[in-house]
Amino acid sequence: MRTRPAARAGQYAALLAYLVFLAFPLVWLASTAFKPPTELAGLHPTWIPQDPTLANFRQAFDEQPLLRAALNSLLTASAAAVVAVAVATPMAYVMARHRGALVRAVTGWVVVSQAFPFVLLIIPLFLVLRNLRLIDSLPGLVLVHVVWALPFALWMLTGYVRAVPAELEEAAAVDGAGRLRTLVSVTAPLLAPGIAATALFAFVTAWNEFFFALVLLKTPEQQTLPVLLTRFIGAEGVADLGPLAAAAFLATLPSLLVFALIQRRITGSLLAGAVKG
Amino acid sequence: MTSVTEARRSESRAPGPGRPARRAVDHGPWFLVLPALIPILVLSVGPLLHGILLAFTDAQSGRTEPTRWIGTLNFQDLLQDTLFWESFRIGLVWAVGVTVPQFLLALGLALLLDQDLRLRWAARALAIVPWAMPEVVVGIMWRLTYNPDAGILNETLRDLGFGGDRDWLSGLATALPAVIVVGVWAGMPQTTVALLAGLQNTPRELHEAAAVDGAGAWRRFRTVTWPALRPVALAITALNLIWNFNSFALVYVLTSGGPGGRTRLPMLFAYEEAFRYGQFGYAAAMGCVMVAAISVLLAVFLAGRLKGGDAP
Repeated sequence: MRTRPAARAGQYAALLAYLVFLAFPLVWLASTAFKPPTELAGLHPTWIPQDPTLANFRQAFDEQPLLRAALNSLLTASAAAVVAVAVATPMAYVMARHRGALVRAVTGWVVVSQAFPFVLLIIPLFLVLRNLRLIDSLPGLVLVHVVWALPFALWMLTGYVRAVPAELEEAAAVDGAGRLRTLVSVTAPLLAPGIAATALFAFVTAWNEFFFALVLLKTPEQQTLPVLLTRFIGAEGVADLGPLAAAAFLATLPSLLVFALIQRRITGSLLAGAVKG
Repeated sequence: MTSVTEARRSESRAPGPGRPARRAVDHGPWFLVLPALIPILVLSVGPLLHGILLAFTDAQSGRTEPTRWIGTLNFQDLLQDTLFWESFRIGLVWAVGVTVPQFLLALGLALLLDQDLRLRWAARALAIVPWAMPEVVVGIMWRLTYNPDAGILNETLRDLGFGGDRDWLSGLATALPAVIVVGVWAGMPQTTVALLAGLQNTPRELHEAAAVDGAGAWRRFRTVTWPALRPVALAITALNLIWNFNSFALVYVLTSGGPGGRTRLPMLFAYEEAFRYGQFGYAAAMGCVMVAAISVLLAVFLAGRLKGGDAP
């Protein structure tokens, strides 16, 4: 479509304004992470570190058990992703292929669960997990994360199952394959990329999650990265800016990496859900 | 064991002649449903119901005596709790204050990204980052940006000649607007991407036909783009309103609800009540009130949506 030059100039000006708004804090986080203490204490902050250093990263690892927290995050997020996808895939299959009271109820739950204030869920869960001695333990957190990831995993996976033509399964059935055979040898291979994308998304969600981890994990040795990060901010809100920025910077890298991989697939399924749902 | 059952299963369902092939797909799927249904019931539906029951008890964190049923006492107390209603009001201001500008900005960006512009890739790439970031990191990043001495915001304002000596997050008047800006920033990518995908559902030919007919940009937007975009726009706005009303991590990291409670969202209030003061029953009652508020919000929204359906 033809656009007048004046309009085009306006569009570029707007786009530039958006770029500045989006990039402003990001640049600042990265810049702060690589600045030496003297530069951080300077009266006039500079955009780009004049004398870039890794000292903040070293100090961050010295001050808090960062490595341990990263490992905790990695373990809980991986476990939550694997379990969530393992239980959600068969259910999503049923939701995509069948209609019935149960399927409607689960679909309703998926929608409603988006609206619930988690405080109503976490108090009873806290009581139950306390009775099971699963407070301040990673398995307890994994359980909670699985439930948290389930609605979206079901949503995404149902979309992926719908994309597999049912005729393929029917053909396999005609050839004498049982339900499980059909699922394993016909549907699963076609579903694999969708399952992988869902698992990665569940991983990022759990990796980033804060509220449940804050409530359930008490000791620094058990804490996940997001919870540990808040420990860099002192009780009075005073923070050692350099190490705080460095640690925050590191905590983002895995999610960014995974997200860059799966971003296209998520938007697709998000939209399918929003429009059809 | 599975293989034996499965063997029997497929035997009994051998597709004999005249047997419809569809049966293989329609036959009792209960064993596929249970793995997800059990955690949903035990760890989600159950606790939610339990949470609602707790709202009618005097459950406390460290108490040794058994928990007692106290009827609607928590709710009566809550009615008188001016601090809670203040946080409720702040929650509404925050939810609307984030959702509306975010929608308008995201719509603008989506419309731009739908055009053939040169820097499109940069905006697309940048838009992924806030979406993928842990909320805690977003909060920390903005704390660094807002920092009165070492932050870039004040320095930029100084360079532009606007003073630039404000402590944004600690000022009574500036704290809420400051966190709202962060909320807008943090959720904008997701909203943009949803709207952009909605835009791509708009039939191109319709656009071109309208342009040929001499329709201006605004007219084209109103008659062609918006009708196609509306379902996505409404869905994402409803979700954003709810998510924002329930949000926690971002503001917890930015201000912890301060200064003087000016940014204490309902979730922060309930969290403190439950896990700082151990008032489980009372906090559960707050959760119930929030659920009721969200239901009303949704009802109002949906009613508006139905009414809007008559418009061209």
